Amino acid sequence: MKRFALWAPLAIFALLFAVVASGLFRPAEKVVRSAMVGKPLPDFALPAMVPGKPGLTSASFRQGKPRLLNVFASWCIPCIAEAPQLMRLKAMGVPIDAIAIRDTAPAIAGFLRRNGDPYERIGSDRASQVQLALGSSGVPETFVIDGRGIVVKQIIGDIRPENVAEIVLAVKDAR
Amino acid sequence: MIAEAGLAALWFAGALAALQLMMAAIGIARGREDVAAAVRPVAIVQGLLALLAMALLIELFRDSDMSVKLVVENSHSAKPWLYKFAGAWGNHEGSMLLWVTILGLAGGAVAIFERSLPERTLTATLGAQATIALGFYAFLLFSSNPFARLNPAAADGLGLNPLLQDPGLAFHPPTLYTGYVGLSVAFSFAVGALVTRDVGPAFAKAMRPWVLIAWIFLTLGITAGSYWAYYELGWGGWWFWDPVENASLMPWLAATALLHSVTVLATRDGLRAWTIMLAVVAFSMSMIGTFLVRSGILTSVHAFAVDPERGAFILALLAIYIGGALALFAARIGTVRAGTTFDPVSREGGLVANNLLLSVILGIVLIGTLYPIVAASFGVQLSVGPPFFNKAAGPIALLLVAVMAVGPLLRWRRDDAKAVLRRVMLPIGATLAAAIALLFVWPGVLPWAGLSLAAGLAVASVAPLWKRNLKRTPLFTYGMVIAHFGIAVSLAGMASDSAFTKETLVAVRAGEPARVGPYTVTLDGISPVIGENWSALEARLTATRGGSESILRPQLRFFANPPTSTNESAILTVLDGQLYTVLGQPDGQGRWQLRLWWKPFVTLIWFGGVLIALGGMLSLIGRLLRERRAAIRAEWA
Repeated sequence: MKRFALWAPLAIFALLFAVVASGLFRPAEKVVRSAMVGKPLPDFALPAMVPGKPGLTSASFRQGKPRLLNVFASWCIPCIAEAPQLMRLKAMGVPIDAIAIRDTAPAIAGFLRRNGDPYERIGSDRASQVQLALGSSGVPETFVIDGRGIVVKQIIGDIRPENVAEIVLAVKDAR
Repeated sequence: MIAEAGLAALWFAGALAALQLMMAAIGIARGREDVAAAVRPVAIVQGLLALLAMALLIELFRDSDMSVKLVVENSHSAKPWLYKFAGAWGNHEGSMLLWVTILGLAGGAVAIFERSLPERTLTATLGAQATIALGFYAFLLFSSNPFARLNPAAADGLGLNPLLQDPGLAFHPPTLYTGYVGLSVAFSFAVGALVTRDVGPAFAKAMRPWVLIAWIFLTLGITAGSYWAYYELGWGGWWFWDPVENASLMPWLAATALLHSVTVLATRDGLRAWTIMLAVVAFSMSMIGTFLVRSGILTSVHAFAVDPERGAFILALLAIYIGGALALFAARIGTVRAGTTFDPVSREGGLVANNLLLSVILGIVLIGTLYPIVAASFGVQLSVGPPFFNKAAGPIALLLVAVMAVGPLLRWRRDDAKAVLRRVMLPIGATLAAAIALLFVWPGVLPWAGLSLAAGLAVASVAPLWKRNLKRTPLFTYGMVIAHFGIAVSLAGMASDSAFTKETLVAVRAGEPARVGPYTVTLDGISPVIGENWSALEARLTATRGGSESILRPQLRFFANPPTSTNESAILTVLDGQLYTVLGQPDGQGRWQLRLWWKPFVTLIWFGGVLIALGGMLSLIGRLLRERRAAIRAEWA
């Protein structure tokens, strides 16, 4: 009995080790699952970012049609990489709105001039407050939102060419 | 050339660690004393080579060498020099190199200074130390090379996370790492003693100063880290039970238990198996801490690299070292004779109670920290936050404080319950008086118990000096008194902060006053300021209390590389607490958000922490002086 007890610490450690090791190698660990999927957008109202383009409110996502919500910034390099895919989505008839994070009007105007402008509305989120409310931790991030304002999909990081089809499908399904 | 020289130094150090391990093994297994004798110098040179590699990495950062990948990713030529310096370890590779440098230097220090241990046990200890170092050299060389070049070289670096651009960062990791690594020495001593079946008072005496050093640095590191988070993160709190905070708290709890049990072993020859076990557990907690921070398995504000491959490497090291030591423990400890026994009512009994309570708290923190990982493997995502830890660990910590108050008033071996009761009358009286007085300002259950016990512990901790000749009282007794008193001071600060903090969130125009606690705070105006690599909006606040006026300047800071904004809090420290101010966002109509806290006696938390560490230092000096005197006496006898 005494002998057995001496091996107990090793057994406990082995158990802990197995759990931690399995946690490390489980593939799901690498994808951050969003807490927002399946939930309605939080209420927000953001002022317009650039002249001639309206700002963004959560109400505009509850008008019966699915839309994309893209979180971006002019200082964000992956956002530049993502821009062509957004233009393609726009060309395929997907309506896209945006929230610009910690940015200024001239910088955003320059960004849109250089990389194209797929957006119908752009809200300015100077303090990242709406971004935080959305559960978004970085730029770029994109949400597929159905006609009732419910988030059906969240894409963390830039949209790659291979993601475009999947997003179009998600938008179709959200109808 | 500097990067290549650094890499070469690292390879040589790794090779010497391998040599050190082989020589120690041959020395012990074959009884070759000539081979064993060479282990010491090899350990010293190995430590120096690691130090050289670290120095060269710092030089690369200081020089902003943009052909080195690590520098590009973590530095920027426009950064203030202090943060270039600290940037060397403000990242994964650099911090691992710092870790192995301290490990190597600690091994070298053991080789130079350790004279009291039998030569065989010392050789085994240095062999164990080389084994640990070898794993980390392999980790650096094969999976985290800090000297990797970038071809072509970058024009400039990406910068350092602005949250890390603070003097706190420059000193926090090295302090904490010295603590972590100090525990590796205790671990090596334990393994060495098991290998040579030499677990006894002599071994405990040799191990004790190393545990003390590790514990002092851990205490300082945690105290500084807590204060750093408090003023830099701008959220007004000082402890969040973040996984990375827990990663440093767990080794501290284990080291505190070890510190007390090693004393029982050194002076009374009791608790042999338990002390060895604690030495293994304490270092395991350091390793688990490193693993948690480095693997990206837990999400935390502090975690660096999300990299499963590196996580797997550290996990493998963890399995070899901890699993190996626990197996050695199980196989060998049966052959170690039990030490002397003692009555439950005795100083030893009190120390056992202290150890058990510390272990329970350690268990709670460990379970709370690992539970999200366990839950995730069953497909549930959750996080365990302050409510769990406060509720589960709080009451036990208070019980521990009660034991702390009584323990030092007990005699070794055996004590009389009635006499003990007489001795603790005064602390109990202080506790009750505080408890009754506090009923009038009811602060909530835990803070009430905390403040009352803090009063009792403060009285009890100085009681061992009562009626003693203060000049002839040994230094380590003063150390204990001060450390225990420091716990009472910290506890009072924590309880006072959680009970009496006042918080106000307002949006004000210039000239509009806001009230918090005893202060009236007026926003005088906002003006732009420019720093070395940031620009900021700075508020000028006038805080008035009674007749006195103070100016505070909290900032909203913007960094260009990488683009981020941070809140720089402004803190006014007065005798009875701190006024903590944070500038928030403008609302676009001329009003600014202000977050104001009045935190009575919050500074006691860190002042207590410094006292605890100071107590540790006095104990250490006291022990070393006594041993030196004993050695001199032995020489003359």
